[in-house]
Amino acid sequence: MHRFANPARFLRIITAILPWSAGASAALLPLGLYFALIGSPPDYQQGDSVRIMYVHVPAAWMALAVYSVMAASGAVALVWRHPVAELVAQAAAPIGAVFTAMCLITGSLWGQPMWGTWWVWDARLTSVLVLLFLYLGYIALVNAFDDPTRGARAGAVLALVGLVNLPIIKFSVDWWNTLHQPASVARLGGPSIDPQMLLPLFTMAGGFAAFFVTVLILRVRAELLRRKLRVLRLAQAQG
Amino acid sequence: MSAFVAVLARDLRLGLRHGADLAMVVIFFVLAALLFPFGVGPEANLLARIAAGVVWVTALLAAMLSLDRLFHADYEDGSLDQLALSPAPLAVIVLAKATAHWLTTGLPLIAVAPALGLMLRLDPAGFAPLLLAMLVGTPCLSLFGAIGAALTLGARRGGALVALVVLPLVLPVLIFGVGAVEAEVTGLGAQPHLLVLGALLAAALPLAPLAAALALRQALESA
Amino acid sequence: MAKTDLDRGRHKLNQRSDPRQSFDSGSFAGAGLACVRGDRLLFRGLGFVVKPGDALVLTGPNGSGKSSLLRLMAGLLAPAAGHLTWAGRPVEANREAQRGRVRWLGHLDAVKPTLTVRETLALHGRLHGAGADPAAALDDALGALGIGALADTPGRQLSAGQRRRVALARLLVAPAPLWLLDEPTVGLDDAGFAAFGAVAAAHRAAGGAIVAATHSDLGLGDARRLTLADFAPSAAELEAAA
Repeated sequence: MHRFANPARFLRIITAILPWSAGASAALLPLGLYFALIGSPPDYQQGDSVRIMYVHVPAAWMALAVYSVMAASGAVALVWRHPVAELVAQAAAPIGAVFTAMCLITGSLWGQPMWGTWWVWDARLTSVLVLLFLYLGYIALVNAFDDPTRGARAGAVLALVGLVNLPIIKFSVDWWNTLHQPASVARLGGPSIDPQMLLPLFTMAGGFAAFFVTVLILRVRAELLRRKLRVLRLAQAQG
Repeated sequence: MSAFVAVLARDLRLGLRHGADLAMVVIFFVLAALLFPFGVGPEANLLARIAAGVVWVTALLAAMLSLDRLFHADYEDGSLDQLALSPAPLAVIVLAKATAHWLTTGLPLIAVAPALGLMLRLDPAGFAPLLLAMLVGTPCLSLFGAIGAALTLGARRGGALVALVVLPLVLPVLIFGVGAVEAEVTGLGAQPHLLVLGALLAAALPLAPLAAALALRQALESA
Repeated sequence: MAKTDLDRGRHKLNQRSDPRQSFDSGSFAGAGLACVRGDRLLFRGLGFVVKPGDALVLTGPNGSGKSSLLRLMAGLLAPAAGHLTWAGRPVEANREAQRGRVRWLGHLDAVKPTLTVRETLALHGRLHGAGADPAAALDDALGALGIGALADTPGRQLSAGQRRRVALARLLVAPAPLWLLDEPTVGLDDAGFAAFGAVAAAHRAAGGAIVAATHSDLGLGDARRLTLADFAPSAAELEAAA
């Protein structure tokens, strides 16, 4: 069947990428952690608690990037009816949701020493919170059908609608925030970042990205094999 | 155009003949909003402070509750096949059904909102912007709701799933809907908020039916 | 009473059959069609041709893809491979025109409990742009299926067989050259079965075509058969595909 010829090639390609991405995350994550925890100076204002930023900010980047990957593969799945693209979107969602949750938890941990409270309705944190709900809605939708292809296609539409909506949500949350909060509150990861902080930040971001690619490949591969198994079982049942 | 009118008339007729279902949504709206005085206490200043937010949030929830009516019955009894096979574009039919949904859900909610405003001690200056904002904002709920209702057709757990899918998407409607009232009450003027709501509606009016039509075709493919 | 109603309807149908419908239709054909549901390949390499006046009966065991093939012909389902043509032109070229040529009778009747029979059929007529006199066309359709007396009865009061007749009447409200029918006679009594035979014959006589999926005999006389089991993939093929 022609639709299943393609995944075989895709499987070969991602299996070839896997050792590289796994190697990159194995190298970058410890290195980034070293820079973040030991190899960089404490902040003159925040002290050592600034080190949370090296996890928090890359996690926020990944939260957005993974959602874009999801929406892009959803678009590919809708336009070219490519079953592998559906799989990629589906496999990426839980990873993205975990990055988003990580961003929220580290943000909360950072808020405690900075503001003396575990949660502040800061514009950025609130936007990330909404993003988490977009992820959760997607995951719930994809898994709500007995027919897995139906779930994947519905998810593709939702991811696209969500992507179109994301800037509007961000804009409205910012608007809401300025209405309700005095502007004096310090922002997480504000615009002025010392160059010394960039090295650990980008190393961590690279490590996160490599980790994402690795886990994504593992998940897509597992799902492809699971589908193959289902088809074989059906073939046996019919033969 | 004639397909739009035909489907709109049919859905309105169906909606009115199931009048009890419509009344249920409105009663839920009133009941949920009036739980707040019990939850936070009947103190006038406190209620006035949260009135607009309470009305909007409960309107959102009531709208979610009514969404399964939009396509589900038609999907179950085969009518959706017939509608999808009519020569009119499916997006036009979706728009007609969303319009009927708004007329039978959004409008009744707006009609009882002033009474809720009174009981929740809403500032007198807030009534006009609340109604205007709901007039522009609730159609957005029907349109985004149509996407959610279409996406969840045939899902194992319909009700809560629609809300989970749609509520994050309609957050801007809530923010600007409440913002309009608060801005008017604090003397800043509701106009910017209403304009943003209008822009949202203007964007959702053509785009949401297209997305919902796409989702409906998918649902029919696996019917 | 139903009987006389039925006779009157059939009489009317015969009277009017020639001026009402004469379809200048081309043939409807499919080639190399394959259908996948979920992970399952139902059939592949399926081809057919339906010419004006033809009746094609789809047969095959449960799960062989009869209903899926009908949905595929209607455009409700996209084929995994292959293509459909109308008068030699691919149907994807003009989906709206194709929807105008097809009338669909699914295994569900699409009858609303709170709408009367007349309202149900009138909506269908309006959506498909019924002819010059939609009210007369509607009455004729009701008569032809022997449900004239039920015109103002809401759907919830109809029996299963009566609902099926309403669904069949939908085919006549707005005439179109191709009928796609999924088990059209399920639940019909003898009179209903005869009424179906009469409207199907009149439709074909006017140059219309019928494709029907069924397990039972539809009484379509010289209908050709398409056995879906002939196009089912072998177990070896399925394993090779995986």
